[in-house]
Amino acid sequence: MQPIQYNPDLCIHCETVDCLMKCQYISFTGTEEAKTEKLKINGGEESRVLRECLTCYACQEYCPFDNNPFYLLVERQEALGILPAPRPVVEEQLRMMAPKGRITPQAVSGVVVDMCAFPMLTGCIRGKLFEGATTIVGTDIFCNIMWLHFAKNSTIRERVPRIIDNIMHFYLKDSNIRELICFHDECYGTYTSVADAYGIDVPFTPVHQFDYISGRLNELQDRIKPLNVKIAYQRPCSNRLVPHTDKALDEIFEKIGAERVPRTYDRETALCCGGVPRAHQRDELADELVEKNIDDMIRTGATYCVFNCPFCMATLAHEVAERGLMPILVSDLVQIALGE
Amino acid sequence: MTTDLISSLETIVGSRFVSGAAEERYLYSMDQGTMPPSEPDAVVLPATTDQVRQIVLLANERKVPVVPMGAGLVLSGLTRALRGGIIVDMKRMNRIIEVNPASRYAVVEGGASQGMLKAYLQKHHPELKHSMPDAPPVATVAGNVCIHGSGHLSVLGGSHSDMLTGMEVVLPSGEIVRTGSCGVSGQWFSRSPLPDLSGLFLGWAGTTGIITRLGIKLFPNYRHNDVLIFVAEDADLMPEMISRLTSVQAAEDMTPWMTPKPDWARGFLHINIAYGAHTKKELTFKRNLLQSSVREYIDRKIAGFLPLPPPQKGRFLKIPSPDLARFADLRRGGGFEYVGAIMAIEHFPKAYRAGLAIAEKHGVAYSLGARIIGAGHCMMFFFAYAFNRADPEDVKRASDALEATNTAALEIGGIPWKAELPAQKQIIEKMDPDTFGLMGRIRSVLDPNHIMNPGNWEK
Repeated sequence: MQPIQYNPDLCIHCETVDCLMKCQYISFTGTEEAKTEKLKINGGEESRVLRECLTCYACQEYCPFDNNPFYLLVERQEALGILPAPRPVVEEQLRMMAPKGRITPQAVSGVVVDMCAFPMLTGCIRGKLFEGATTIVGTDIFCNIMWLHFAKNSTIRERVPRIIDNIMHFYLKDSNIRELICFHDECYGTYTSVADAYGIDVPFTPVHQFDYISGRLNELQDRIKPLNVKIAYQRPCSNRLVPHTDKALDEIFEKIGAERVPRTYDRETALCCGGVPRAHQRDELADELVEKNIDDMIRTGATYCVFNCPFCMATLAHEVAERGLMPILVSDLVQIALGE
Repeated sequence: MTTDLISSLETIVGSRFVSGAAEERYLYSMDQGTMPPSEPDAVVLPATTDQVRQIVLLANERKVPVVPMGAGLVLSGLTRALRGGIIVDMKRMNRIIEVNPASRYAVVEGGASQGMLKAYLQKHHPELKHSMPDAPPVATVAGNVCIHGSGHLSVLGGSHSDMLTGMEVVLPSGEIVRTGSCGVSGQWFSRSPLPDLSGLFLGWAGTTGIITRLGIKLFPNYRHNDVLIFVAEDADLMPEMISRLTSVQAAEDMTPWMTPKPDWARGFLHINIAYGAHTKKELTFKRNLLQSSVREYIDRKIAGFLPLPPPQKGRFLKIPSPDLARFADLRRGGGFEYVGAIMAIEHFPKAYRAGLAIAEKHGVAYSLGARIIGAGHCMMFFFAYAFNRADPEDVKRASDALEATNTAALEIGGIPWKAELPAQKQIIEKMDPDTFGLMGRIRSVLDPNHIMNPGNWEK
């Protein structure tokens, strides 16, 4: 397997060091210090960044050269044995989420929606929005991108080719289907950004849920009853890998009459939901992030808190609801607009 | 003789509540554990303390054994009629008599179930709760106290017998005694400052009397509840980890567990830590206390708390926990028994390794775990084996594993809890002879005709 694709010269000549200077969780005295730390990382040396990193993926988006700073950081963490979370916590999750080999061939038809390892969400694939769709789900097709949070690039390298093979061999190939709708942008990020940076072949065409829904709304235009509501969007870490898809989300909200209210913590300044810091045993920081996110949403006067990431939703939904906002997934919000 | 006995019992409780029918005697001859069946001559369900007294007097007169029984869920066969006689099923005496919110105690009848008391408190005193064992809700409060059971508030309040505030007991002679404050003041707030006679009826497997009423401590029922799951790999570190986690005195319950199923859990040592608070702020404070107590291990990356999003916590907060019941059905066929051994915390690594070795040697499905009693004062370490009752070989495997486990528990320095007959004999073997002698003399004084659950606690 090839190393992470990146060009060290771009970092050497970078004047802004945006990857670190824009970080919302680690402070630097200035670009000089940030550059020093970045070059340490590039050179495979110890850096405090490797220990303090929240693994929010945001530096992937901040880098003006698409030079894969986050993937490289994870690579270095693993090489230097810098674990963001205790070993038993990581090892147990590695086993929980491992491909179990229980997958069996299944004929698929219509659009095929990859529900990753979220069987509890297959009920979201319903109605006109997903008419005729087939869902695939389970740990045998789990995208495994989460290991970026745990310094486990080696697991991504080992498992992602296998699950891609599973998707092709057990579902898509015999049904002669080439496109895979990714319900979660972690999967889309895996089959586009990660695959590209890690040199993993993807024999099918991944389609982001937002692109699919936006296109479908064009076809179902007559059915849309504009919601005329304000929504606060909780942008997930994985969307940092595929920031261009955020535009499609704006189009969706516009089409269904949902106003994505400006938040202090949205788009490029989105704040982690707090889930991953808990896994890193940084609960007090996680509490702070939860509070900041929800306070921010409340300030906007939004009615709904809209999620794309099921993990963000699991982390925040209860607190969001307690504070008077309605937690909801993007697809469910769209279905309300479609009267379903 | 039996017909006459049944007729006499009918006079006491009415014909609906006595049976000598073969099918009833069969049902009452065993529990879910591995002990062989042993049939009573009759089963009787009294409704009042006076009826219990009359039954005991009758049994004395006829020299017929009497076996008191709650829900019959002890699993180690303590309510089998080893020498025939009468099983006194207490389920009709199931009233919640009193709840004292100011002094936080409840008084219940000897057949009142855990589920009934829980439901009653939820309805009438939602600010209070009692410590539920991980038994089916039909298990009785009295039965669990009598066996020195433990439950969901045992880190806070110790074993369930520690939570006892007093008892009304029908002695084998037919006298009715009241232990604790109720014997003097009529209120059930404490066992002190009197000579503590309650111990005459705790851990004796029904050989010293029949409990008709008891008082137990209640605790604040918190509005906010949470659970942490701490996971580690090194059994040798468990005593120190438990010690640190209990030292901050924030938890209500602490239950280590080790199981080979599901596959992801094999080889890891977990500690479920349940805690509650009146406010979210207080809950967070307690969580921080618990986490900081083991921060050293977290920083060394050798142990940590599993990340559990709120929706995943629900199953771990269920009381009683459904997990043991799920394990009990692992082999199908309705067989389940475990050795729970009360032992010192420092023996955790030895007990864990002994459990693994025994399960491997005997080829049994196992689940190992513990419940911490008090602020790390001791633990009930359990070695649970599921088996298929319809498969005699499977029953034999489990039975052999249980015997080996009792031996191992005693060798480690623990004491088998609610010991079945063979384990009682193993304990007696190891017990100080003068202590066992005193037990015998006490029994002779209380029960001169030796009618109470004979066969138990005997050489």
